[in-house]
Amino acid sequence: MRDVAVIGAGCTTFGEKWDTSFRNLFVEAGALALEDAGLAGEQIDALYVGNMSAGRFIEQEHIGALIADYAGLASHHVPATRVEAACASGGLSFRQAVIAVASGLEDIVVAAGVEKMTDVGTGASVDALAGAADREWEGFAGATFPGLYAMIARDYMHRYPLTREQLALVAVKNHYNGARNPIAQFQQEISLETVLKSSLVADPLRLFDCSPITDGAAAVVVAPLDRAREFTDTPIRVLASAQASDTITLHDRRDISTLDATVAAGQRAFRMAGLSPSDIDMVEVHDCFTIAEICAIEDLGFCRKGEAGRITEEGVTALNGDLPVNTSGGLKACGHPVGATGIKQVYEITQQLRGEAGRRQITGAQIGMTHNVGGTGATVAVHILGV
Amino acid sequence: MVGIITYGVYIPRYRIKVEEITKVWGANAEDVTGGLGVYSKSVPDLDEDTATIAVEAARNALKRREIDPCDIGAVYVGSESHPYAVKPTACTVGEAIGATPCMTAADYEFACKAGTAAIQTCMGLAKSGMIRYGFAIGSDVAQGAPSDALEYTAAAGGAAFLIGRDDPIALIHRTCSFTTDTPDFWRREGQDYPRHGGRFTGEPGYFKHIEGAVRMIFDQSGKGPKDYDYAVFHQPNAKFPQRVAKILGFSPDQIRPGLVVPRLGNTYSGSSMIGLAATLDIATAGDRIFVASFGSGAGSDAFDIEVTDQIEGDSFRRAAAPGVEQLLKDPIYIGYAQYARHKGKIVMQK
Repeated sequence: MRDVAVIGAGCTTFGEKWDTSFRNLFVEAGALALEDAGLAGEQIDALYVGNMSAGRFIEQEHIGALIADYAGLASHHVPATRVEAACASGGLSFRQAVIAVASGLEDIVVAAGVEKMTDVGTGASVDALAGAADREWEGFAGATFPGLYAMIARDYMHRYPLTREQLALVAVKNHYNGARNPIAQFQQEISLETVLKSSLVADPLRLFDCSPITDGAAAVVVAPLDRAREFTDTPIRVLASAQASDTITLHDRRDISTLDATVAAGQRAFRMAGLSPSDIDMVEVHDCFTIAEICAIEDLGFCRKGEAGRITEEGVTALNGDLPVNTSGGLKACGHPVGATGIKQVYEITQQLRGEAGRRQITGAQIGMTHNVGGTGATVAVHILGV
Repeated sequence: MVGIITYGVYIPRYRIKVEEITKVWGANAEDVTGGLGVYSKSVPDLDEDTATIAVEAARNALKRREIDPCDIGAVYVGSESHPYAVKPTACTVGEAIGATPCMTAADYEFACKAGTAAIQTCMGLAKSGMIRYGFAIGSDVAQGAPSDALEYTAAAGGAAFLIGRDDPIALIHRTCSFTTDTPDFWRREGQDYPRHGGRFTGEPGYFKHIEGAVRMIFDQSGKGPKDYDYAVFHQPNAKFPQRVAKILGFSPDQIRPGLVVPRLGNTYSGSSMIGLAATLDIATAGDRIFVASFGSGAGSDAFDIEVTDQIEGDSFRRAAAPGVEQLLKDPIYIGYAQYARHKGKIVMQK
C-alpha cells in the first residue's frame, strides 16, 4: 500500500449562500483546491464527492457525473463517484480517495464534499436530515436530530459530572475560533449567557448548542506521497484512515452516551498511524451539537469518560490549550453543510499543518486528527494527518 | 407638484397578545416577543374585512378635508386579502365614499407594498392631469397560518392617502422603486395562508430591496439620512425596520414616531402606510419624511416627502379623524378562541 499525501485544499465560505447554486459551490471549491495544488483539471485521475441529500435539498441526484461535467471534465471521462453516509459523507469521500491512491489504482484524486441546504425551508431541511437516523424506528416516531442528541445529553448528564455551563462553553469556544476563520458562517464571539438564554430546542439543548443549516463545499487533492513534491512544497501526509459503523438507531446501542463507532475508528486510526492520543496536536471533531464534542473528546481517548466537561472548562480544548479542539470553529460556528463538513475538517488540519491558519494558528502543529460522524454515530470516519 | 391631500387610518379595536398565541402552540413567549419586538396585534371583528377597513380609512381621510367625492377620479386598493378573487374592493370603496361612477378603479396586489404602488399610480395620474384626486389605499386582514411564525404578527388595518395637486399637506418630491423576481413569500390561488422561505425573507428579500430602493433614491436626489426628520420602513416585525434604519444611517429617533408594529402587528399592505400616517399625525410644516415600503416577490418603493404649511392650514383638520395613537389606545384584548372565530379559523359546518 502506498503512502498518500494531501497536495491541495480549497473551501468556499460557509453560510446561507442564497446567491450561489449547488454546482457553483462545488466548482468554486474544486477550482480552489486545484489552484492550490497547481493542477489542471485534466490531470485528475478520479473524483469522489461526499453529499448527503441533494435529492431532497435540490431534487438533483447523479451528483458524481454532474460535478465532473461542471468541472469541465466530461470530455476526459474522469471516474466520478458520489459517496453518501449522511453527515459523514465528506469523511468517507476523503477515505475513498485515499484508498484509491494507496491501492495504486489512481494517482491524482480529488475528494470533495458539497451540500446546498437553504433552497428548502427549515422544516424540509430538518426532515431530510432525519433520514440520517432510522426512519422507521426513529423518524416515524417523531425523533429529530436535536431530539436524539438531547437524549444523549440527558443520559450523559445523568451519569457523568457535566454541567449545563460546561456544555455551553463548547459553543463559546467554537464561536471564538470561528471568529478567527474567514470561511466560518458565524464570525462573532458569543458569551456563556447567550447560549444559556437562547431558545430551548430539545431539553437540555438550546439553539446555541446546535450547528446551523448551511451551504458550502470543500475539496482536497490527494496523491502518492512519493509524487507529492511535484505539486507542493508542503505535502500533508495521511497517517491513518479509519472508518467504523454501529447500529443506526440510538436505542439499540450498548451505551447511548458513548459512540462505539468513534471508539473503534479512533483505535484503528491510532493503530494504523502507530500513534496515541498524546501525539495529536489538534483535532477537528464532529460537534453537530455541543454534547457531541464532549462525547467525541472522550471516545477518541483524549480523556476519560466524564472528564470532557471539566477539561473544556479548564481551557484544555481552547486554541491556546494543550489539545485545541475544533480550531476551525467546528460545525457549530463554521456551519454544517453536511456533505462538505468532513472535507472541511481535512482542509482545516491541512491549513494548520502548513502554518496557514492565520489568527487561529496552532504554533508548531505537527499532527492533526479529523473525526466525522454520520447520524447519531452509525458511521464514523477518523483520519490522522501529519507534516 | 403632487402630494398628499389628506389621509386617514382605520385599525380594528380588538387585539390579541403575542403571549396568548405562544400559549396555544407551546412556544416561549419571551423568545417570540423578544425575537420579533411585537407584543400584540390587531384583530378584525367578525364582520370586518379588507373592504370595510379600506372604507373606514377613506372616510377618515375625507373627514379631515372637504373634498367633493366626484373629484376623486381613481380608487386603488392594495391588499393581500381582497374579499373577492374577482370583483374589485376598490369599487366597493368608491361606492361607499360616493365617488362612483365617474372614476377608474382597480385592486392591487404586491404583497405588503401594493398600497404604496397605488400612491405611485395616483401620482402619475394626478401629475398628468388625468385625474384631480386619486385614493391610494393599503388595507389587509392579514393571513398567517395557525402556528406559523406569521401568526404572531399578521394583523388588520389600513390607511388611505388622497393624492393630488391642489394644496397638498405634504409634497412627494420623488419616488422610485427597486423590483426583482424573488420568491421569498407567496400565496397561490385558492390557498388560505401564505407560505414563505423562512430566513430567506430577510437578507435577499426585505434588506436587499429596501436598501436598493433607498440607495437609488439617494443617488437621484443627492440627499441622505440627515436630510430627513423622520423615516418609515415596512414593519413585518420591529427588528427589521430598526436594523435597516441602522444599516442605512437613520437614527432610532427618526423612525420612532412611525414604528407602530410593536402594538399593532404587521398589517401587510397597511404597514408602512400606517407608519407614515402616524408620522404625519405629529409632523409640522417643513418636516421631511422618508418612506420605504417592501413587498415580497419582491420590491420596495421609496418616497421623499416634505410636509407643507397646509397641514396646519384652515382647510385641513387633522383632529377631525382619529390619529394612529388614538386608534391604538384602549384596545379590547381577546383570547385565542375568540380570535380564531373572528379570523374565520373555526369552520362552523361543512
